[in-house]
Amino acid sequence: MITPQIVREHGLNEEEYARIKGLLDREPNLVELGVFSVMWSEHCSYKSTRAHLKTLPTKGPRVLQGPGENAGVVDIGDGDVVVFKMESHNHPSFIEPYQGAATGVGGIMRDVFTMGARPVAMMNSLRFGEPAHPKTRHLVDGVVRGIGGYGNCMGVPTVGGEVNFDRSYNGNILVNAMCVGLARADKIFLSAAKGAGNPVVYVGSKTGRDGIHGATMASAEFNADSEEKRPTVQVGDPFTEKLLLEACLELMATDAIIAIQDMGAAGLTSSSSEMADKGGAGIVIDLDKVPQRETNMSAYDMMLSESQERMLAVLKPGREAEAERIFKKWELDFAVIGTTTDTHRLIVKHKGEVVADMPVGSLSDAAPMYERPFVKRAPATGMPSFDASRPVMESLLKILAAPDMCSKRWVWEQYDQSVMADTVQMPGGDAAVVRVHGTNKALAITTDVTPRYCRADPYEGAKQAVAEAWRNLTAVGALPLAVTDCLNYGNPEKPEIMWQIVAGIDGIGEACRALDFPIVSGNCSLYNETQGEGIMPTPTIGGVGLLKNVNRMATIAFKREGDAIILIGETKGHLGQSIYLREVEGKEAGAAPSVDLAQEKKNGDFVRDLIESGHVDTVHDISDGGLLVAVAEMALAGNRGGAVAPGTIPFLFGEDQARYVLATPDGERLVSDAKRAGVAATLLGSVGGDRIAIEGAGEITLSELRKAHEAWLPGYMSGEF
Amino acid sequence: MKSAVVVFPASNCDRDAAVALEQISGTKPHIVWHADSEVPDVDLIVLPGGFAYGDYLRCGAMASQSRVMRDVKAKAEKGVAVLGICNGFQVLAETHMLPGALIRNAGLKFVCRPVAMTVEETQNAFTRKYNHGQRVVMPVAHGEGNYFADEETLDRLEGEGRVVFRYVNDDNPNGAARNIAGILNEKRNVLGLMPHPERVCDPLLGGTDGRALFESLIEALS
Repeated sequence: MITPQIVREHGLNEEEYARIKGLLDREPNLVELGVFSVMWSEHCSYKSTRAHLKTLPTKGPRVLQGPGENAGVVDIGDGDVVVFKMESHNHPSFIEPYQGAATGVGGIMRDVFTMGARPVAMMNSLRFGEPAHPKTRHLVDGVVRGIGGYGNCMGVPTVGGEVNFDRSYNGNILVNAMCVGLARADKIFLSAAKGAGNPVVYVGSKTGRDGIHGATMASAEFNADSEEKRPTVQVGDPFTEKLLLEACLELMATDAIIAIQDMGAAGLTSSSSEMADKGGAGIVIDLDKVPQRETNMSAYDMMLSESQERMLAVLKPGREAEAERIFKKWELDFAVIGTTTDTHRLIVKHKGEVVADMPVGSLSDAAPMYERPFVKRAPATGMPSFDASRPVMESLLKILAAPDMCSKRWVWEQYDQSVMADTVQMPGGDAAVVRVHGTNKALAITTDVTPRYCRADPYEGAKQAVAEAWRNLTAVGALPLAVTDCLNYGNPEKPEIMWQIVAGIDGIGEACRALDFPIVSGNCSLYNETQGEGIMPTPTIGGVGLLKNVNRMATIAFKREGDAIILIGETKGHLGQSIYLREVEGKEAGAAPSVDLAQEKKNGDFVRDLIESGHVDTVHDISDGGLLVAVAEMALAGNRGGAVAPGTIPFLFGEDQARYVLATPDGERLVSDAKRAGVAATLLGSVGGDRIAIEGAGEITLSELRKAHEAWLPGYMSGEF
Repeated sequence: MKSAVVVFPASNCDRDAAVALEQISGTKPHIVWHADSEVPDVDLIVLPGGFAYGDYLRCGAMASQSRVMRDVKAKAEKGVAVLGICNGFQVLAETHMLPGALIRNAGLKFVCRPVAMTVEETQNAFTRKYNHGQRVVMPVAHGEGNYFADEETLDRLEGEGRVVFRYVNDDNPNGAARNIAGILNEKRNVLGLMPHPERVCDPLLGGTDGRALFESLIEALS
């Protein structure tokens, strides 16, 4: 008997329950209610965002598969494709940081190898609470160890990411993991289980009671008791995942598979119903055949378990023995647990009885879709005051030592960055670069978002996140191809949060259209709130680009004494919402910088041409901290100093967009080429020496800068401050 | 030079080793599965990096009991060269084909970064193409690479010229005793080292200091 209390405990409201009864033409039983609750959860159904996500550009001449599958697929020529996606694992990582982060990595890797691709690079975008918060150190430690523990064992390099701190994440950290894989265009596997009478096989780990209702947990706010939700967090086993990866790729080399999907959020429920739904088929599964880790598991437990390292595949009839041989070789469970039908129904049997029987469409297309009300808020405006007499070099030192700006070496050294022997650019540059194995091509990969801009102006901030990702790929010489996004926001039932979401999606769409940078995959993570406090809007953008010739590539490091330092792009000196204001003046105020997308494209295309034609090999985009911080980072990376012409504080530290710093032996020629192309270019100074110097504003040695830049994170983590 | 790379479940540097061997020797190595009872007739057997059997027990402990290791051990006793890289070194220590143990890094964390070492010995098949005392840089990537042995064993290794690679003084990434990064067995045909020479055989990947190790083997074993 389903009581209103049980319905509420499943995160469904009265109208949603009435809708379920209408779809079934009767009351659901408990198993069915559980299935509806996870499939209709925000996490699985995107019920608050679906209407808005439809407006995003998802097509392009290179896009072979856009959103809707396990990951996006983009053509990179010669029959090769890149397969990628980013996904959040925020809620579980806050409750249990090691396992939450580890299974986030495992889950996104499965999404990529389910498509037939071998994962070749991982990135992650991490946001933690303020350093002084009592939980932050523990969470940083657990998340970083979890990412490393899983990714290192898998033998996939973790090549970069972001780590930031802000008090708005005190109760809701963000762990967004991105996986990039490579496949052949004619060997892509999809999840549509077309046809009736085909065997449904279960492979991988056994099913246990872990992670039950994980998707529902991730679709609600936290309260003071959130720690009690620890049993909803899954436990990862990277060893089994590595075997599953190799076994799946081995099976995929045959032509036995019709459809395949990983069991991620909502496990057996979502994989079986989604495969049937996409294939226009039905599916019958017999839970008695499911490999089980524990005894006496109920149908409810099994359908809602989020045990990791499991896959569901539909094979061509008669190919079961061949597939079983491969999974037995890799010492993995293999079981035929059902068959596809033409009934369009998901039928679940347990101990000889039908325990669930529902139309597959009722779980997906018929899921509720809300046009939630939103209240438009005016963006922050104005230009806060600042003290123009502050000493520049002291400010530079302070910024480079700040938690958000300091070196993240402590993090990335815990990740294997060079396994697979194709990592050409490691963490620390604008984008990571990974060679396409056995070729001269390479992929550039980055993740970006500046949440403080998004808080001040959700629309411009989201535009900026896309533009910065595009710029970072351009800065290494890559042609930006496509985007995956992870939209992290608070509670969409609050109109002011819904406005952030709507404006953010609009901004992303606008920038992606202007920059020919379509969205091919992604996810939304809403309800990132604790006791009514929401996070800053954080639409993380994962960008992937292509270098046709990996030998024509730029890095940020200064390389030659005497190179001219050149600024590309127009500088008005925008200090609103800048790192300078926050770290030096202690103000988080003013308008976020706006992005002129046409100028962004023009400047970027100019810089990329210079790299592709072999004229420039030293480039850094200008973002957090502005021009002088960019120059200092280039100097530290190359261990060569530089002398820069004098400028005002807004000039040196402003965060105007669409800008790059270049270093090249022939500066004058570059400046005149830029003028001809209609791109602003300014000769700033030259590379040399062991310090950063500005006439009239003093100097600072690289060793002093380096010490400050490297000190904060290891010191903080060891409890020194 | 004929070579073989052994693959345990969750080895993950097997491809990297195979690629380096093929690029430098011109011959594809045999790939040998852990459940095989015999390694083909080769001049060199490589035990690659990774997390054999998940390394949920002590690193390398499960792999040391695998069927293929019986034949690796027998072939090593007959003089076939064996190179254990990272997890491979851990397996060699667990099999007692090399003395000592690789324990948890002193910093208690996985560490991946380039480290500087000196080549201490060149009178063997693995390092003859390096100069004695040459400084080389190779990446490490391990959580348990802290070489440990009793003083007597360490003195013996030093006395017999079996310490082949040593981290330079201020660049020991794991707390290894006497900065030891790689050692030979008594017969000098088995080398284990924690850093990854196979990842630095291509200038695009940040260095070529690993090439001489494979070139040494080709010269010695062809």
